[in-house]
Order: sequence, then structure tokens, then C-alpha cells
Amino acid sequence: MSLVRNHVLISIDAGTVMAGARAVEKALIDEIAKQGLTDEIAVLETGSVGTIGQGVVLVVYPEGVYYANVTPQDIPQLVEEHLLKGRPLKRLILSEAPKQTVITKEKAGLLKEQPRIVLRNCGIIDPEKIEEYIAEGGYEAIGKALTSMKPEEVTEEIKKSGLAGRGGASFSTGMKWDFARRAAGDIKYIICNADEGEPGTFKDRLILEGDPHKLIEGMMLAGYAVGANTGFVYIRGEYALSIERLEKAIAQARDYGLLGTNILESTFSFDIFVMKGAGAYVCGEETALIESLEGKRGHPRNKPPYPVTEGLWGKPTVVNNVETLSNVPEIIKNGATWFRSYGTDKCPGTKVYTIIGNVATPGLIEAEMGTTLRDIIFEYAGGIKAGRKFKGALIGGAAGAFLGPDMLDVQMDFVNLREYAAVLGSGAILVMDESTDMVDMLQSVLHFFRHESCGHCVPCRLGTAQLVKIIDRIADSKGTQGDVDKLLKISDTMRDTSFCPLGQSLYLPISSSLKYFRGEIDARIHQ
Amino acid sequence: MYREAILKKFKPSLDNILYILHDLQDNNPQRYLANDDIRVCADYLKVPYSYVHSVASFYTMFSLEPRGSNIIRLCDSPPCHLMGSKSLLTYLKKTLKVDVGGTTKDGKFTLELTSCLGACGVAPAMMLNDEMVGNLTPEKVDAILEKRRKES
Repeated sequence: MSLVRNHVLISIDAGTVMAGARAVEKALIDEIAKQGLTDEIAVLETGSVGTIGQGVVLVVYPEGVYYANVTPQDIPQLVEEHLLKGRPLKRLILSEAPKQTVITKEKAGLLKEQPRIVLRNCGIIDPEKIEEYIAEGGYEAIGKALTSMKPEEVTEEIKKSGLAGRGGASFSTGMKWDFARRAAGDIKYIICNADEGEPGTFKDRLILEGDPHKLIEGMMLAGYAVGANTGFVYIRGEYALSIERLEKAIAQARDYGLLGTNILESTFSFDIFVMKGAGAYVCGEETALIESLEGKRGHPRNKPPYPVTEGLWGKPTVVNNVETLSNVPEIIKNGATWFRSYGTDKCPGTKVYTIIGNVATPGLIEAEMGTTLRDIIFEYAGGIKAGRKFKGALIGGAAGAFLGPDMLDVQMDFVNLREYAAVLGSGAILVMDESTDMVDMLQSVLHFFRHESCGHCVPCRLGTAQLVKIIDRIADSKGTQGDVDKLLKISDTMRDTSFCPLGQSLYLPISSSLKYFRGEIDARIHQ
Repeated sequence: MYREAILKKFKPSLDNILYILHDLQDNNPQRYLANDDIRVCADYLKVPYSYVHSVASFYTMFSLEPRGSNIIRLCDSPPCHLMGSKSLLTYLKKTLKVDVGGTTKDGKFTLELTSCLGACGVAPAMMLNDEMVGNLTPEKVDAILEKRRKES
């Protein structure tokens, strides 16, 4: 029998693979064999450990030492020093290990640290092994639901928990399920929206790459609650590793009898299918996504009827985001009251953020609802890069809002941000330092919308083209008096008249950038 | 015919259209959906040619024009923009001597823009065929292009 004394976890996600993780993994396994340590050192793959842009990342347990920017050339020395002689290799150690706990709203580090909910297993288990998910308490929630809860009790528990849609719209998940459960019809569907396209957002990719079984279990619970037997995961076509891992996970769950007919000897049957998108931002809108799933152009549908009554192929359908569904197993396992101990009264739970841009350490984090922007940027992401000053942040992606320096202490949650005419959206935080040209940023946002406008409705199709014309003029220092008012007026009209949230939400980045940086934009016009 | 072999992998049901189009495009030597690709897909799914064309033209991952053997898709969404994708685009255009959407004379590269790839942690980023490349600089781009030029 072999007795493993060290476990080396290697983070395999799209980012680390890009940095050469596979080559490092191979070099590591070869070197361990060369040193005759194969029986003593186990090399395990895991998802993202939360670092972004730090190259290939290894974690050596039991010490819990994080190594970053590792190359195959570093491996012989690393194996000799740490794994053979027991001396951590200082030059590669990551200065600050990512937090494996939730950042608490009271201020990071001061309160008792709480375990993570959505990212609990990310960067810890091997996402390609169902056994590791089960060992961490996986599939307990579906077991509990099938043996001791009625579907309406599952729905009720989710309602009580106050879980709201994490894709950005923050609609009550429990209510959505309840509508679908009560809708007439025998055939119902669960769709997981993994068409993550909001610029700056890649949390769903890292959840899928790091813990795909959690999503599967969340979808099963949703299926049981509303009476659906089929689920679809609509993933964007660019997410190759997510698709691969999820398909593998679904196959394993089928082998274990966790997907299929009469699951765990109950009367409940459920299966999940993966659908690959082909590049269209608008398909993140739930009815456009349904059209795309049906094999059509991804144009949004008129609402009502809402998908909960008439969705995929005209049947009642629940569309939930990856992060939303990944909250569900923990809520069913631990109860709504436990979930409500996180976050704020109006917005219980946590939020997964991707924090990027001009920060010292970009990353993937899970923070309690209500954590301040200041804590997220300065406590977690190491503050602004190169000691520069904070200028602003774009929260929630291109369809989000800019926040200025006086908003650093705002509590981040769905309800509170709305009071400041901002949104939490998908959870992307793009940080900009003092050197950022705000006209240039707004120009980039408007160009994005012109490209992604699907052309279905007139206000959005023509509005985005006009907005781009105006901002291009301003950026070229050829703006005229009244251009700023035109930006506001056009986007305001689009908010009132566009067919879907794409055109409606453009008002947010425009009005918010003017609120905080109007002086800078005016100055460009008067140059 | 390779096209028939591709079609056989899928049930002739409309919800498979994106999968079929992905597969047809990946196997077309010029990496686009030719008239023949659209025609066989339409016949197989028993829908009009115009229907398949309208779907194919909607999604940015599909091209209706022939492309080079390597496809560069540079991200120009706000996060990459903030980290300098604009100057990279200028550089790529200059080096490859093509505009966005164009293919180099030797047929080796097509330059495209894409919306956010979700690789914002290593911005600016691009996709080279199926591979993501991040932390781009002109030097890194040169090295990548040179490597691809030598291949094939």
C-alpha cells in the first residue's frame, strides 16, 4: 500500500491551460517518477483556485503552499526542494494566497470566516471525478429532497431562502419555480443559461470548469421542484473546456444512476443535455436563448407569455443562470435559515465576482451580499495596480453602470445599488485607474452594443448606430454642443421602447458615466 | 462525401442546426459555410435554403465568406479595450496587411474581432482558431504569427 505524504493540486482551467498548465503537469508527473516519488506524491487536477493572470498555479498540501507562474523548467528544482527536501521554493510562492472563504460584508478578515457556498469545491476537488464531489457532500441535497420533501416543499424552501437570479435580473428563483410548477401541462423544461457574454464576466465558466456536478444537482432539484424531466445547458461555443467537463460530468452522473429514470429508486426521472451556442450576446436573454435552442435566429420573444408558462417548444420552462442553480444544493441541504445568515435582509447569500482591469491581483471571488466595493477592490484584489489612484469601476459588464470614487463605500447588492441608479448585474467589476480615458471607455461600450444589437427592433438597431456616431465624433474632438444631451435622449428613448433588455440597458452606462465623469466628456467637446 | 458523414451524426431535427453548422464549417477546408454546406443542411432538415442562411448569418461564429487557414479573433470588448486591445488591432492590421474581416494574400490568416471571450483576467486576449491566448503584446503576437507561418 502506498502512503501519500503530499498532494499537489494543479489548477486546470481555461486561463491556466492557456499559460501552459498541461506541459507543467506532464513535467511534474515525469519528474516525480524520475525521483522515485510516485507512491508518495499524488498529482491531482482541480478547477480554478481563484487566481487570475498568475500563470500556472500549483498548491502543495498538507502545507497549503501556493506556487504561481510555474514553468516546466521550474519543476526539477521545485520537486527537489519542496517535495524531496521539504523546503518550500520561495521564489515561486504566491505572495498572497486566494481566500477560500467568503469575504464578509463587515470587512474582510475581522469577522469569523464563513465557508463559501457556490465556490465551495472550486480549486479543491477534481471536477472530473464524481466521487470527489460526492465525498464533499455532493448529491446529498437531491437525496434529501427525493426521500423527505415534496416538490412544493423544495420550491417553498427556495422561496424562503430569498435566492434571486444571479445572471443579473435578480428575480426571485422560488417564485419563478412556483409559476412553472403551477403552469398547466405535463411536459416542462429546465434550462441553464450558461451563455455568459457580459463583458468582464467569466464566473460561470470557472464554476463549470471547477465544479460541474454542483450545477447538475441544482438542475435536478429544479426539475424535481417544478415537475420537469429534461434539462438543457446552453453554453457559449467558445467555452470548450466547460463543455468538455460538463459532458463528462453528465456521463458520470448517468453511470451512477443519478441521471436517468427512477433516480435513487424514486419516481423522479431527469436527464440533462448540453447545447453549444454560436456567438450571440443577445442569446443571454432568456427568450432569445430559447429561440436559439429551437434552432432559430436568437431573436427575443414578446413577453408575456413568459417562459414559465410558454417557453421551450411552447412548454412551461424555467431558465436559471449557472450561479443561481449552483446555490440550490447547499440551500436544500442546509436550509433557508442558514442561507439567510449570509448577506443582507433584502439580498441573502453571496455573489461571485470577477474582478479585473487595473487591479494588482485580478481574480474570482465570492463575497457576501452587502460587501462594500472598497473591500472587494482593496482587501481582496490588492488595490490599484502600480500604486495609482482609483478613478472608477464599471459594475455588471457593458450593460452595467459606472461608479465614481465617492461610491467606494456603497454596499454591493441587487437592491441597494438600484437606489444609486446602478446594478450589480452579472458580477463583473472592471476597475479603472486615474490614467483611464472615460470617453474611450464609453466609446468601447457603445461599439460593443452596436455590434451585438440583433437588429430585431428599430429603436435598438438605429439607436446603437446613432450613439456610436456621436461618441466617435466626441472621441475625435469633433463633438458639438448638445451631443451629450443627444446621447442621453437617444438612450432614454431606447430604454422606453426597445424590445428586450439589450437596448433597454444602454441608458445605464451612458447616464452613469455622465453622472460621474461629465466634466471630462464636456472638456473633450470644448477642446 | 464528407458532408453526408457529418449529417448522419445528427438527428434531422431543427434543434440540431447549430451543431450541424459548427461541424460543417469546422470541416470545410476554407473554414466557412459554403453554399453547398447550407444546401445540404437545408435539405437534411427539410427547411428552405433561406432559413439556414438566415440562421448562419445571425451567429458570429459562422462565416459565409472563405477564410484563411488560421483565424484570429481579437477581443475588443471594454475589459480588453482598457488593457490595450486597440493598439494591438492597429498592430495586427499593419503586420498582416489586412483590414478586419480580411484574409492575408497567402491565405494563412483571417483577422476578425469578437465580443468578450471571458478571458478578461489576461486581457488583452484573442482566440487563434480554438486556442485562447492572453496577455498579448506586439512581440507575443509576432512570435505566434511566425510559428503559424512556419507550420503548413
